[in-house]
Amino acid sequence: MNQVRSKTSGHPSSGTYLTIAAILTIITLLEVGIFYVELFRPVLAPVLLVLSAVKFSLVVMFYMHLKGDHKLFTLVFVGPLLIATGVLVALLLLFGVFVVG
Amino acid sequence: MTHHTSTGLDSRKIAFWTFIGSECLLFGTLISTYLVYEGRSVVGPTTREILNIPITSVSTFDLLMSSLAMVLALAAVSRGDLLWSRIWLGTTALLGMVFLGFQYYEFSAFVREGLTIQTNLFGSTFFTLTGFHGGHVAVGVLLLLTLLTRSFQGKLGPDRAMNVELTGLYWHFVDVVWIVIFTVVYLIQTG
Repeated sequence: MNQVRSKTSGHPSSGTYLTIAAILTIITLLEVGIFYVELFRPVLAPVLLVLSAVKFSLVVMFYMHLKGDHKLFTLVFVGPLLIATGVLVALLLLFGVFVVG
Repeated sequence: MTHHTSTGLDSRKIAFWTFIGSECLLFGTLISTYLVYEGRSVVGPTTREILNIPITSVSTFDLLMSSLAMVLALAAVSRGDLLWSRIWLGTTALLGMVFLGFQYYEFSAFVREGLTIQTNLFGSTFFTLTGFHGGHVAVGVLLLLTLLTRSFQGKLGPDRAMNVELTGLYWHFVDVVWIVIFTVVYLIQTG
């Protein structure tokens, strides 16, 4: 992947942005493709969650520039994100969403 | 124009990341509520009967490409390229409006098929979650159009690139929220 940084802003170059866009498009096509393939039905949720997490991370790291920015920004974003994820999992457990049958 | 703090960082950027952190909690709550009540509706229509994956896949791609246009707009503003900054800002706003058009189409189709916010638990949680997201997209489009207007007024040079960066942060956050909604609400629930 092109890691060249633009001279003006310290942000990644346009080439990197286009590469990320291509990867995001391919992952989205994969997601939709997997959705329609019967073979993937038993593992649909975990596979889609992983692909979604990859897309999420790419946008946050490269388009929102968290990868090269100050760690404080990562802290004020990832902290609440972890709390939100914790609340989500706790509520799903509390309401028995993971209980089979 | 910068507003530095004792950390050496721009205060507006710290404030904006903190705001985005609070937005994580808002959307985390809305997504949790949707998932907790999913499959508990006593009357239809339900998720599997009504969600349109092909249409939503296209609107998802549209929003992803708007994020690309947004970073290219920031790059153009940073290097003082007036023409391309206007083109990319306009493209981002246009793609945002196209996404809202898709959402209007989807909501209208659901209402025609008998699903409103009052019909069942699925309708209540789905319209609340996607409606809040759509509201955020609409605010983002207004911010982008404001930046475009400022550009045409000659008030969006490299010295104002932070304004574009902050709007970009908001726009990309709206995009990542949709990445989660598309997977969790549309693909996994109907799969």
